[in-house]
Amino acid sequence: MTDVEKLTMGQALNRALRDAMAADGSVVVFGEDVGPLGGVFRITDGLTAEFGEARCFDTPLAEAGIVGMAVGMAMNGMRPVVEMQFDAFAYPAFEQVVSHVAKMRNRTRGRVTLPMVIRIPYGGGIGGVEHHCDSSESYYAHTPGLHVVAPSSAADAYGLLRAAIDSSDPVVFLEPKKLYWSREEVALDAGVPGFGTAVVRREGTDATLIAYGPSVPVALEAAALAAQEGRSLQVVDLRTIVPFDDDTVCEAVRSTGRAVVISEASGFASVSSEIVARVTERCFHSLAAPIRRVTGLDIPYPPPKLEAFHLPGADRILDAVDDLQWEES
Amino acid sequence: MLGDDSAMPPDLGSLVPADAPVMLIDPRGEAVPHDTYALPSGEALLAAYGALTLSRRVNDQASALVRQGRLAVYPSSHGQEACQVAAAQVLTADDWLFPTYRDTAALVTRGLDPVEVLVLLKGDWHCGYDPYAHKVAPQATPLATQLPHAVGVAHAARLKGEPTVVMALCGDGATSEGDFHEALNFAAVFRAPVVFFVQNNQYAISVPLARQSAAPSLAHKGVGYGVPGIRVDGNDAAALLAVLGAAVARARDGGGPQLVEAHTYRIQAHTNADDASRYRDDDEVGAWLERDPVTRLEAYLTGRGLLTPERAAAGARRADEVAAAMRAGLSRDAEPDPDQLFAHVYATPTPQLVAQAALIADELGRETGD
Ligand SMILES: Cc1ncc(C[n+]2csc(CCOP(=O)(O)OP(=O)(O)O)c2C)c(N)n1
Ligand SMILES: [Mg+2]
Repeated sequence: MTDVEKLTMGQALNRALRDAMAADGSVVVFGEDVGPLGGVFRITDGLTAEFGEARCFDTPLAEAGIVGMAVGMAMNGMRPVVEMQFDAFAYPAFEQVVSHVAKMRNRTRGRVTLPMVIRIPYGGGIGGVEHHCDSSESYYAHTPGLHVVAPSSAADAYGLLRAAIDSSDPVVFLEPKKLYWSREEVALDAGVPGFGTAVVRREGTDATLIAYGPSVPVALEAAALAAQEGRSLQVVDLRTIVPFDDDTVCEAVRSTGRAVVISEASGFASVSSEIVARVTERCFHSLAAPIRRVTGLDIPYPPPKLEAFHLPGADRILDAVDDLQWEES
Repeated sequence: MLGDDSAMPPDLGSLVPADAPVMLIDPRGEAVPHDTYALPSGEALLAAYGALTLSRRVNDQASALVRQGRLAVYPSSHGQEACQVAAAQVLTADDWLFPTYRDTAALVTRGLDPVEVLVLLKGDWHCGYDPYAHKVAPQATPLATQLPHAVGVAHAARLKGEPTVVMALCGDGATSEGDFHEALNFAAVFRAPVVFFVQNNQYAISVPLARQSAAPSLAHKGVGYGVPGIRVDGNDAAALLAVLGAAVARARDGGGPQLVEAHTYRIQAHTNADDASRYRDDDEVGAWLERDPVTRLEAYLTGRGLLTPERAAAGARRADEVAAAMRAGLSRDAEPDPDQLFAHVYATPTPQLVAQAALIADELGRETGD
């Protein structure tokens, strides 16, 4: 019997937390406003009521304290799932993340492991003022020892968060906040997707769009528009940035011979740069054109009235596709 | 001389805050005698009253503009106006103010145009005013991060021999951040002329003070750093002017930093996006409404015959004008100018940015068909 429900991404994340807490008494949730309020995005709604204050609680307002305490709790047998209220408000915890969360297993030759999840609502597109719209994935992906996950759909949000909580290594779980309200059918008993398994979201033969998190729906929109113009675009969703699924991505790119990488984050020295480098290293002889990128501009995240210029949109993606040297093939 | 390394540590008694917050006018508008602090002059209180009524109006007008979709978001300081008015009024034009997102009333009292202040929340740009023109730092959103900057401005002023004092604002929640503690420690070690002013409005979004701190009061947090702590009734403009004024004077005289905690209340939700009914009772709000800072000062001034009907009417007219100017200024939508995206990232844009700017210009050119 399958248990299918129509859920928003936010509700799917809430269900994942509830189901994980019910399944494993060592899972604890804490952070700023996650208790009675249920989080500013309501992702932890009802958890304190259902599981009690010991399992889901508010902390003093200090991100380094939250992540640092999670490290200690993970060292002592618990599975903390902490929330950073917004992307840019995770930065006070950066030292804890890069110096301890990421390194503990390695420093102790595997004797101390940190099964913990740092959930971060991230990215733009919601008209947020400064410090509420950062795409911070590249900082984390650049730090060895962290898994970095960014779901693009409600179903993946459920499965990937369950997988993250089950993981024996720390996970930075990036929740595209502009997708919190997007709704789809979620099979709650579908099984947990493995980390490092990218998926082809849309089949296509002419070029491959590679995206993750908030950029996947934009890539799908571009592919739908391209289809109307007779061009068949394939869309690959990474799902986990670390570990990176070279096989699926490269197989996809080899099948079309052309690729565009899409990401909200600024392009310079970023996850998108890494994707281009990896694919070029592996698929150079299958490529009919250099891989193009459509990313956020190399600027501080702009104010709401200007964010449309910054964010990758379907038009910019189609322009990049047009640039893939079609005349020569 | 700078750190005065040879100085004796201060004795504990000079650091520990008194049990009761300083109050000079009670909630009914009656003067209360105090051993240390004298009631400010009638003229000073009238000026505070003018700024209070204006600030209340600015808060309420801004909230209305959110409902009309003219502002993206507004963190109202309704109920905290006395704190913010006093924080601005005790400064000279050469002093510096370091505000947060909630301190619109302090900025307006400092003389900034509310329309410029609200550029941030309208979504046009991150900071709508010139910080040097007013000696007001950009409003800080990442909590407590502005406090070490305030220490830096104060320390530089000392190195340059300038008599500047810096007023650094933050909320109760922000006192839990590491930057708060580092700033206090630096200020104390360097005897920087900073007044740290915490508006304890009892909540950090939904989290009540009890979950923020187990200290006897937030003002006590200064003790461990050698910074004197003082508690003040945050809805009593007279007490705030007296306490903050004395702290500024002491800092200017080389007495070093102080930590002032005002006990006040956030009457409205954290922002319009917040639903306060999820975490607090209306009864609690009602009790604080009876301590309203505007009506309290009004009762005092009227009782003393200081606030004449003419003066009150003039103040109301001014508030009307400012509110009308806010409506007019914030209902206009400037054409978004994408050049701004690239103009201020570096003194000299990188070649990559120049190329990206050309790309955007090209896109726009195609859209408009030229
Ligand atoms: C470093 C950081 N973490 C989290 C936030 C999100 N946030 C914005 S305001 C706020 C509550 C702040 O409470 P307080 O300091 O008491 O100030 P108040 O809003 O009550 O004026 C939080 C958690 C932030 N702005 N910065
Ligand atoms: Mg507060």
